[in-house]
Amino acid sequence: MTRITNTRETFDRQLRKLKDDILVMGSMVEQATLDAAKALKTRDTKAAQRVYEDDQWINQKHLQIENDCVMLIATQQPMARDVRFLASMLEVSTELERMGDYAKGIARIHLIIKDDPFTHPVTEIVQMAETATRMLHQALGAFVNNDLETANAIPLEDDIVDELYNQFHHQLIEKMIEKPEIIDRANYLLWAAHNLERMADRVTNICERTIYVNTGILKEIASSDDEMLVGLK
Amino acid sequence: MLNIKPEKSPAVQANSNGSEYAIEARELSIYYGNFPAVRSVSMNIHKQKITSIIGPSGVGKSTVLRAFNRMNELVPSARAEGEVLYHGKNIYDSDVDPVEVRRRIGMVFQKPNPFPKSIYENVAWGARINGFRSNMDELVEQSLRGAALWAEVNDKLQQSGLSLSGGQQQRLCIARAIAVKPDIILMDEPCSALDPLATLKIEELMRELAKDYTIIIVTHNMQQAARVSDYTAFFNLDDSGNRTGILEEFGDTKKIFTNPEKKSTEDYITGRFG
Repeated sequence: MTRITNTRETFDRQLRKLKDDILVMGSMVEQATLDAAKALKTRDTKAAQRVYEDDQWINQKHLQIENDCVMLIATQQPMARDVRFLASMLEVSTELERMGDYAKGIARIHLIIKDDPFTHPVTEIVQMAETATRMLHQALGAFVNNDLETANAIPLEDDIVDELYNQFHHQLIEKMIEKPEIIDRANYLLWAAHNLERMADRVTNICERTIYVNTGILKEIASSDDEMLVGLK
Repeated sequence: MLNIKPEKSPAVQANSNGSEYAIEARELSIYYGNFPAVRSVSMNIHKQKITSIIGPSGVGKSTVLRAFNRMNELVPSARAEGEVLYHGKNIYDSDVDPVEVRRRIGMVFQKPNPFPKSIYENVAWGARINGFRSNMDELVEQSLRGAALWAEVNDKLQQSGLSLSGGQQQRLCIARAIAVKPDIILMDEPCSALDPLATLKIEELMRELAKDYTIIIVTHNMQQAARVSDYTAFFNLDDSGNRTGILEEFGDTKKIFTNPEKKSTEDYITGRFG
């Protein structure tokens, strides 16, 4: 005999699938970011080309998640936590899609500067990519597991990425003053670093959604704006 | 059938005050014999707003609604404790005429109950015995339009109200309630017999009516409560095991449906119960 123990078994299953999907999309973005930074450092044009082209799959995943969310909102009449979760899922998916664009942008920068000699070692860029993707990984884990403590802690790590960006920016500016002929190339590298700095900022937005789903409080987490002070120090 | 007297009760009339609340329930408990159906309900119903009462079956939603116009007294063995203040006056005071209370606090029931009279008379009857002297045809049309029924019955106003379909009969009852221009309208699952389109029409009508009247609606349709009401009261069983209802949470509808305070409210409105 069929016994119904959970009155929303089907809906809960669909919500769990959405969580799996957002984790898959997150992995795609993490991989693209790490590959793009690595391709820049190792001058691997093939790898950069692959990241550039594969962004379409991230975009496709985003559209699928958005479509599934809208479908559930339309058909399941979500309330309270459920509606907060689905609204946040739409937001998180959008954030990930933009992060995918950042990775694609970094790949594009490699494709532009290609074999031109580097103006500066790009160690910071790889470090920034590693830190930002680690933050993203933790933030998505916190989002699907309703882990408020982690969601509140992750934005603090944004300072590490900001600090790396500031260092990198400072050194490149000095180099540009020394050798004005490298300004174009150096500028491209600054853009790559800026993309990663923005990515870490967007991780904070994901943490804000985790807080919203679990508390109903929609608030901006005050993030450090140190990167704005570059050049003023 | 209620014996509604045309004259107004001085006790009720004299006590209108400037309160923002149409009804204030204070520690209201309702018993059927020795059984406490609902225990210690305190809630303020805002004037000219729509308040919905939601909750699982058997928690006393309709009992509370009926207590707001002393309709429970028609049930043998029912008795109320506590106070229901209407314009600052306890409607259970001995000097208050329950018939007058029921005229000023009207009711639309879950099951349609038209009189065995013509459609026209169903609407006109209450107004007529209340001394309505103006254009009765206009009042009937206006009330039937308000209940989203006019288009279906305007060419057969002299036919019996009982000849209508169940859904039409319910809308006729709504027209009848509107026609006597009450102060407060209590609605007990008024749309449960209506199709989705007629339901939406009634909900739009409720929003219109709320400009002049206070509306309290009991509904099992949570989307309806979310769509139509300004305030929502969630009733649930207490933990005594006696199947006694309590007011679990009461507040702004937007808050209740997006971020309720209590887990039991959350479980109910997200459908995770039972």
